[in-house]
Amino acid sequence: MYREIINLIRKDVLLELRQRYALNGILLYVLSTVFVAYLSFGRIVEPATWNALFWIIMLFAAVNAVSKSFVQESAGRQLYYFNLAAPLSIIISKTIYNVMLMVMLSMLNLLIFSLLMDQFIQNWAVFTLTLILGGVGLASLLTMIAAIASRTNNNFSLMAVLSFPIVLPLLLTLMKASQQALGATTLADSAGLLLVILLLSLLPAILSVLLFPYLWQD
Amino acid sequence: MSLKNTWWKILAVLLLAYAVVRGLTIGIPELPIIYESIRNLFYHVGMWFAMMVLFTVSFVYSLRHLRGFRRADDIVASEAAAVALMFGLLGLVTGMIWANYTWGKPWVSDPQLNGAAVSVLAYLAYFVLRGSLDEMHKRGRISAVYNIFAFVMLIVFIGILPRLAASSLHPSSTNDPGMTVAQMDDRLRSVFYPAALGWILLGVWILSIRVRLRRVKDLLEENIEK
Repeated sequence: MYREIINLIRKDVLLELRQRYALNGILLYVLSTVFVAYLSFGRIVEPATWNALFWIIMLFAAVNAVSKSFVQESAGRQLYYFNLAAPLSIIISKTIYNVMLMVMLSMLNLLIFSLLMDQFIQNWAVFTLTLILGGVGLASLLTMIAAIASRTNNNFSLMAVLSFPIVLPLLLTLMKASQQALGATTLADSAGLLLVILLLSLLPAILSVLLFPYLWQD
Repeated sequence: MSLKNTWWKILAVLLLAYAVVRGLTIGIPELPIIYESIRNLFYHVGMWFAMMVLFTVSFVYSLRHLRGFRRADDIVASEAAAVALMFGLLGLVTGMIWANYTWGKPWVSDPQLNGAAVSVLAYLAYFVLRGSLDEMHKRGRISAVYNIFAFVMLIVFIGILPRLAASSLHPSSTNDPGMTVAQMDDRLRSVFYPAALGWILLGVWILSIRVRLRRVKDLLEENIEK
């Protein structure tokens, strides 16, 4: 089981390194959306606007990045994996891989954001923790939705429709936590909120481990 | 049509008739800001109760569907979601009318309002998902998975987030001219509980009719195919 997961993650990383599809796509996506925001907003003076814009771009980039988790490989190859690996290792490996992708994505987003727009972060510890926990939460939630959407015929539009209502609690809590990091806060002050984010991140992970086997059988 | 199976339907009609007549005529406590509009409590909040009960029914039957993959469970799950959605939309409309009089506009940014809107959106998405799956067994299974996933996340949303927010315009936050169910006046309570029960029974009644209709349609389709 453990080895299986490691091997599946290695397979995903290898595929990515060969094709450079996801990473380059995300890089361009984030770069162009931030640039569009930069051109249309001009200068951002309000930290609240900065915060909202950051997380909205983050959400769209994340949905885009995760949506192809289960469709980039052909149906035949999916069947091959189905015979080869347990459903549990498939969902766990995909989630871990997407967590890595999300953390990279958020760092990238932050970099481009602070490059083009002003930067308001005052408490780096809280902000970084929010980013990492948020990456875990977004990845585990969106991976499951991607698995559901991949079973249908119109994967990409359904991905957004299915995920936005469910991702909202997590997103609002993330925005709140990062808003705190933009103002004067200490790690101890924000600890409660970060704990809620951790819970909201673990819950979809647990649910997807329980429910994925039902999606995978076909 | 024995009385054994119909008594609760009669009870539903009686309770709702009582709620309408008594709800509009009963003497109410003097409340600032809300005044007479508190009577909407019997209808608006009752509909939310019915919606939550029906979403829970849908959730439970989705779980059952995943255990045995029986078509009957899938029918109940999807029809319960449809009826719940109808109550949810009615609850939104009654709530917006109420909000227009007490808070000045039909939509204010309030954690409870947003939670309600998001649950309605999630279940609309549930039906979009059902629509995009052609094959019956696959549709049942995959939409059941989404239903369970969404329900748990929404319970968390409705249960946790309003408590995180600094203040809510809805009761149950402290600095509010309204009241919680626990502080409710006895007169209000004498109408509110029967009304809520009446809405729930009405919802279950509509659900049972829709489930039977779907079964009949299924049977007809099978016969045509033969």
